This record gives sequence, C-alpha cells and structure tokens, in this order.
Amino acid sequence: MSLMNADAVAADLTTDPYVAAFPETAPFWEASRKGMLVLPWCEDCGRCHWHPRSFCPLCGASRLVWRTSSGRGQLYSFSVDRKSAEPIVVAYVVLEEGPMLMTNIVGTASAALKIGVAVQVRFRAAPEGRMAPVFELCRMLPSN
Amino acid sequence: MVVGHHAVKGKFELLQRPARAQFVRKGTGKRAKHLAARQQTGDPRQKRHLDGHPPPLAMGRENAVDDAALLRPRGPDGRLLAPGERGEIVVKGDLVMGGYHENADASAAALKDGWLHTGDVGYRDEDGYLYVVDRLKDLVISGGFNISPSEIEQVLLGHPAIADGRCNVALITLAGKPRSAGQRTGTERRHMPVDRPNAAWEAAYGWTVATLYGNLAKRHMHQYGTTSEQLAWIKVAASVHAQHNPLALLPKAVTVDDVLTSPMVADPLHRLDCCVITDGGGTLVLTRPEIAKSLHRPWVRVLGCGETVKTSGGGYADMLRTGAAQSGANAFRQAGVRPQDIQYASIYDDFTIMVLLQLEDLGFCEKSQGGRFVEDGGLIAGQGRLAWNTDGGGLCNNHPANRGGITKAIEAVRQLRGEAAAPLQVPNCSLALAAGPGGVHGLGHSHATVIMERV
Repeated sequence: MSLMNADAVAADLTTDPYVAAFPETAPFWEASRKGMLVLPWCEDCGRCHWHPRSFCPLCGASRLVWRTSSGRGQLYSFSVDRKSAEPIVVAYVVLEEGPMLMTNIVGTASAALKIGVAVQVRFRAAPEGRMAPVFELCRMLPSN
Repeated sequence: MVVGHHAVKGKFELLQRPARAQFVRKGTGKRAKHLAARQQTGDPRQKRHLDGHPPPLAMGRENAVDDAALLRPRGPDGRLLAPGERGEIVVKGDLVMGGYHENADASAAALKDGWLHTGDVGYRDEDGYLYVVDRLKDLVISGGFNISPSEIEQVLLGHPAIADGRCNVALITLAGKPRSAGQRTGTERRHMPVDRPNAAWEAAYGWTVATLYGNLAKRHMHQYGTTSEQLAWIKVAASVHAQHNPLALLPKAVTVDDVLTSPMVADPLHRLDCCVITDGGGTLVLTRPEIAKSLHRPWVRVLGCGETVKTSGGGYADMLRTGAAQSGANAFRQAGVRPQDIQYASIYDDFTIMVLLQLEDLGFCEKSQGGRFVEDGGLIAGQGRLAWNTDGGGLCNNHPANRGGITKAIEAVRQLRGEAAAPLQVPNCSLALAAGPGGVHGLGHSHATVIMERV
C-alpha cells in the first residue's frame, strides 16, 4: 500500500545533492519514492542500523542488504519549535526493528502527542526532492 | 608557542598532536593565513637573560630557509632592533595572515609595511633566539574560529606536549562576535553541507539547536520525572551568581517563576532555559612547571583530563547519556579523585538540561537524580550542593563565539586562585573541574573534562 503523500511529487533523484553525495544510499531513496521504508541489515551480526552506511557501524562488517521495514515505531521524544512561522515538531522515533531516527511528526496537533505513542511512516518531499520519512500517529484502517 | 588568532573562516587545528613534531600550521592549499611562531622543539635552551629577569625560555628562532614567519623585534621608529634590544615583535612570511576578515580598520592597524604587529614585546639574542617578555595590548581581537571540539580539549592537546618537553608555552584562545552579527544561534535553522554523512537523513526536518535540546529535556522528564521547576533552578543559580559579575549580560537574579513564565522557545525549554549570545573571548596559557613557578602567581596545575566523541551509535546510543560520562571518567581516573572531592565545577550551560545531564554523567549524582540535585538552590555557591558557574555561566554571563570551554576553564582557575567574586569564592578552593561539549548533542558531539588543583 502506498504511503506516499499525494500532494508532493518527487523530483528526479539525480538532482537532489544529498542523494548524489552518497550513491550507496540510492536504494533507500528509490524505495522511499515508491512509499516504502527500507533499512540496512548486516548479514554478519544480524542487526539493522541508522543512518544507513556502507558498512555495519555495529560490527564493522560490509555485507549489508536492504530490507523493507514495517514502517512502525514509537515516539521517543519530541519538541515543538515555537520560533518558526509554523510550529513544527522535531522528534525522535524508535523503529520496531530497533534503531532510532530523527524526524518530524505530522498530521496531529502537538498537544495531542505523548511519548510512547505508536507512529507510522509516511513520506514528504524534502526541498531538494528526495522523499523523506516522516511519521504520523497510527490510525485504525477503515474496513471494507 | 602556537599563536591562534587568524582572520578567515574555516576549520583549523590549533595545536597539533604531540606525535607530530611541528607546531606550526602550514598552508594546505586552502590559502589559510595565520600568525605562527616557530616552536623550539626538544631543546629547552636556557639562554642568558637581560635585566636580571628570570630566564624566559627561548620561543624559537626564525628560519629563513622554510616558509615560517620571520620574527623581529622592532623599535618605535620602525627600525629592526639589534640583539638584546627590546621592541614590539613583528612578523612577516607566507604563514602570516593577510588581514582580519571584513575588518579593514583592524587589518590596517595590525599590518604595516608588510609586517604584522603582534603586540608582544621581546628581544632576540645573538643566535637569533626570540624571547617574549611583555604585551603591548591586553587583548587581540580575532575573527573567531570554527573548531569543533571544545576549547577544554585544547588544554588536553597542549598539556602532554608540555609534559613531553616539546612545548614550553601553549596558548589557547577563543574569540567571536555572534551577537554583533545578529546570529540567532539556538533558534535558527542550520544548513547541513551535503558531504556530511548524516546530512541527507537530518537536513529535511527543520531542527534547531533548541529543539534538539528540547527533545532531551522532554525525554528526561518522561523517563525520570524531572520537572520544569527543577530545570529552572539551574538558571536561578546562574542568575544569583551573575549579580556579582559586572561584565555579565544578565546580572539580575531571577526566580523559578520568572523562568516558567518566560516564552516557550522549544518545548519544554523556555527562553530563560537558554543561554545568552555574546561577543567576547578568552585565553588560557599553559606552561612548564619551572616557568609557572617563576611567575610568582598562584599556580594551577592540570591534574587529570579526558576527552571523547559521542556518536549516535548506529541508531542505538542512549540520548540521555552525554560524552561527559566518558570524558569525566577518564579525567577522574587520571586525577585520582572523586566527584565528591571537587570543590568547584564549571559545567557548560548552553541549556539548563545540558547542565543536568552532565552533572549526572560526571558522577555528581546518579543518572535520573539530576533534578533533585539542582532544585532548591542546589548549584548556588555557599549554600547548595555544588558551587557551579560562579561567573554566571552561559545562562547569564557570556557565550562568546557560541562556545563556552575557555570561559568555563577561566572561572575554575579564578576559583582556585581565590580570585572569584568574594561572596561566591569557595573557601580554600584547591580542587576544581571544568567540562563541556563541542558540537550539538543529539547529532553527535565531543566532550572534554579537565580537573585542576591549586599547587
């Protein structure tokens, strides 16, 4: 199921300088463009890490594979920027698979957020074009 | 001696590691220009001295063969002086700075006829060795550095070099004017260069320094029950101290209520949880024990130090544990003392939460107990649990060049010398600590701790 933000159209990945600077991360951005969160897994120590690197920062091995993530996690902490024009929520999420990442929480007023709530990934176009993972509160899916 | 004031933006290594013999920064093709003095390595020659002064060790000898600077004493009439004659030391060479960045007046004042006027007074002997004996001006205004680790770390780099005999005098400097530049250090969005490995993963989220520390504070509150009131007590203590500092930007005492009613900057941090932005600078001078003893000033000795880098640990690092846990452990082990032995502590305070985290990580209290340690005036000198930042710290006094390592070390030295503000002077202060990070906690930071004693 696509989690892509319907309002944002991803630019050509080759024009995003943050993607171009580290070509080994291209598979991540190709997947995010399709609405999928993938994580790098180490075939030696069996753990995934964040942010994606070309070797395993946990054990030093270099046999890494990309695997699709559930996209679910828990809100570890957050802070609301009161000095910006629109209040944005800078947050950290711990993924089900283990590692923690920096992100924004979208789609919910900050007053409704609590540390520990379940969140799920969606994607939002960064100014340079890549589709960056952001998180929203988990919702019950409507039954058909 | 390494002189560290220069005029261009960019990263510099102020002191080379002792393993490399050179202490002069060579131009690396980046067209970086700075003032450098050749360090006499390996041979602490005791030369004859003038006027019955205690023999200052020779700074070094000019060498016209390589691209090091020429250093000459010059008389007021501009004449280059003969051996033994004293004058202002002027410098010329490839490594000399071309000017102060965007400050034509300062550049014109310092650079005359192709010679940089250092403001130092000295003489040279018949062998060409140069001795510095005095200063013409009190302070050299610099354009500021862009060094990642804290200035405390420089104490570490200079210190073993002196112990190894490769360096007689090390100068560690800091200066910068973010206030004049109108910089909104804590609340501005920072551009992340594309070649930083973490940039692609963090640049899109509009973080500011304040929101990152806000994340730490909110998590600490959730995990350990720390309250905004407890954090506010840290600012209160700094403000009580700042009342006695005529140079402090914010010299008025505040209450917990004042902190809590100040505008929210980045939840849960209020404005008064955040440090000031100021222009300013400072300098530390490290030297060999023989020289220190000859100066007839109270002598402060480095007893132990530690430094570390804390990364995100592949996504698994505990965010509530700062690098202070490692650097502090190293410093205490080397010094052979315990946190409860420390009589005064300068702990970097960009935000109240960072003070609390470091208190825990340095071992002044258990992890999770930081709130209890600081509440009810816990950090107020003379009445609390630990005398801390008696100059008013970053929260009330200053935060020059957006850094605080030098200022933390300076106040610790003052306490050890009995030169702090009288109402805040720790009686018979003989053991002190200074600690602080470099970088931004949450994105990866370095941390250094130094423990000092009065000899």
